Amino acid sequence: MSFLDTFFNAAVMARYAPDILRGLLVTIRLAALVVVTGLGTGLALALLRSLGIRPLNWAIVFVVDAFRALPPLIIIVLIYFGLPGAGWAPSPFVSTWVSLALVLMAFAEEIFWAGLTAIPAGQWEAARSTGLGFGQTLAHVVLPQALRLTIPPLTNRTIAITKGTALGSVVALSEILGAASSAVSNSYNPSPLTLGTAAYLVLFIPVVAFGRWVETRFAWKR
Amino acid sequence: MIQARAIHKHFGALHVLRGVDLAVAERELVFVIGPSGSGKSTLLRCLNRLEEPSSGSIVIDGIDLLDKRTDINRVRQRIGMVFQSFNLYPHMTALGNVTLAVRKVGGKSRAEADAIGLAALERVGLADRADHHPAQLSGGQQQRVAIARAVALEPRVMLFDEPTSALDPELVGGVLKVMRELRESGMTMVVVSHEMGFARSAADRVIFMADGAIVEQGTPEAVFGAPVEARTRAFIGQIQRHA
Amino acid sequence: MIETFLNLDILRAAWPVLLHGLGITLLLSAMTIPLGLGAGLGLALLSTVRTRWVRWPLIAYVDLFRAFPPLVLLILLYAGLPFAGIEMGGFGCVAVGFFLNTGAYYGEVLRAGIESVPAGHSEAARATGLSRLQTLIWVVLPQAIRNVAPDLLSNTLEVVKLTSLASVVAIPELLFQSRQAQALTYNPTPLVAASVIYFVVLWPLVRLLSRLEHRAIAGRR
Ligand SMILES: Nc1ncnc2c1ncn2[C@@H]1O[C@H](COP(=O)(O)OP(=O)(O)O)[C@@H](O)[C@H]1O
Ligand SMILES: [Mg+2]
Repeated sequence: MSFLDTFFNAAVMARYAPDILRGLLVTIRLAALVVVTGLGTGLALALLRSLGIRPLNWAIVFVVDAFRALPPLIIIVLIYFGLPGAGWAPSPFVSTWVSLALVLMAFAEEIFWAGLTAIPAGQWEAARSTGLGFGQTLAHVVLPQALRLTIPPLTNRTIAITKGTALGSVVALSEILGAASSAVSNSYNPSPLTLGTAAYLVLFIPVVAFGRWVETRFAWKR
Repeated sequence: MIQARAIHKHFGALHVLRGVDLAVAERELVFVIGPSGSGKSTLLRCLNRLEEPSSGSIVIDGIDLLDKRTDINRVRQRIGMVFQSFNLYPHMTALGNVTLAVRKVGGKSRAEADAIGLAALERVGLADRADHHPAQLSGGQQQRVAIARAVALEPRVMLFDEPTSALDPELVGGVLKVMRELRESGMTMVVVSHEMGFARSAADRVIFMADGAIVEQGTPEAVFGAPVEARTRAFIGQIQRHA
Repeated sequence: MIETFLNLDILRAAWPVLLHGLGITLLLSAMTIPLGLGAGLGLALLSTVRTRWVRWPLIAYVDLFRAFPPLVLLILLYAGLPFAGIEMGGFGCVAVGFFLNTGAYYGEVLRAGIESVPAGHSEAARATGLSRLQTLIWVVLPQAIRNVAPDLLSNTLEVVKLTSLASVVAIPELLFQSRQAQALTYNPTPLVAASVIYFVVLWPLVRLLSRLEHRAIAGRR
């Protein structure tokens, strides 16, 4: 009984449900932005890299390696607490968004690039011999094959990074976890955390299930 | 050597073996033919219990295979099996493939096992490839290593499931030669295959299976030359046309 | 600008604490990786049992922890469980939380590895008389681990990065120490230094991984 009162306290839940709901909307908005910008910039970098300009490629590889090596949380903290020293004070939302987008960009670039290079030279030659240009060959022959190769690893990576939206709570972003945490300290009751947990599961279990489906749908024979 | 009686096998609703009786004498080579899906592989796999028969009895070398008290892993050492797809372990050398069970089930030391393994590889003419990994060997060589893997355990019986079907034509001969030598050394063998020439020269008996049952059996001359059943005649006509 | 982001005086003062933090980060990793691998191996082996009574709860467990942001799990243990009278302390929460999280991920990787080994190989092994366990140990697992080595390594990289979350529950690892130093000096230099340390430590792993993954994707065609 007291367990239910503590963790599933209806009164507390009702009071803080609107906060959590607002947090849920923030999480969804943030996640959507991260996915779109992260994948977009990642693909752009991979395409840039396929142009084969040496110094540019070194720069790309370095940036990609850096954002793969750094824990996302330190990037968020660095942007939020560090950038004001350079005269720009991004909001918690922007700090979290930019950080996660950079991380996703790095992982996505690597995966897209691997996909692009997996397409044999013969495909390029065949297409170019029919008179297609570089861009046309890329767009109509190489990319469609490469994207298919990259879908399973990309999906799983995207899901993992999107879960990082919870890290925003560390820089006082009122997404689900942030909203739930402050509700817990205001109410001295963990029920908001229960609600928050439920919100995450409702949000991410379908996403994980989707990832599983994608993996089987696009499975390759070894 | 083998007494299998009234073997039935169901896969769910699918009735794959419908009461197969098979007796194989010591030193006999029984050659099994039949259309794809007729249950040849399933029958072989029942003979070392890779597949559990739904009913029936199997006695091999005096041991009741389906008895719950039988230590199936020890019995399987006495029954060699060679697969269509070789199934060599890619992370081990040829010698490693051959000696794994010798050491782990036979309990031999590494040195003893290596000696046994090398002798087995010698028998299939591949002692010089002992240190090669499967990926470095041709299909025919891989299949000969697979045969050596079974031979090294000194089996009393050997089961072959289409051992040459996955091979390029020019590699088939080497594998058949090894099988012929095994036969001449007195090995009891059950061979599922389409290699009619091998059957003619090496088989004591040919069995034709269709729809999970033995339709006809006899000497190679009888079954290939003058098949009694219409289904046998049709099947043999087909494979001879394509041979 | 350089005065702000790379202040040498502050760097010199903060250096010892940062190194100490790095030590704790490596310690946390050294604790979490074997625990997670062990749990993952257990899960992967369980998943070879084909009964649905094992399979379904297993998939549910793995998916649950894949859906759970690790920070939420950590906060739940750290700020939620005390209300039920369970106080594990920051370190205990990190140990349990990371164990559950990384175990699920390693489990998924190893399961995929085991499934990538052709059934024929186990059959051939069983046909030579090896037992189920012997087949697993000598034939299936070596191949499985080799087949998913890039994923195992990538997961391990993620585990090291994951330990930065421990800063949230006041474990004095690298990120925590750098934030303390930054708060004390009102200067981001310690954060920059910590980033550089993370990069220097993890870059070789990232390079190696990028090569392996490249080969893995190319091999899928
Ligand atoms: N593990 C299995 N599960 C379900 N059906 C199977 C299985 N193995 C074989 N079968 C079916 O049993 C029949 C006989 O197969 P098989 O013994 O492989 O035939 P053959 O070797 O003569 O081609 C086929 O219809 C096949 O689809
Ligand atoms: Mg077959």
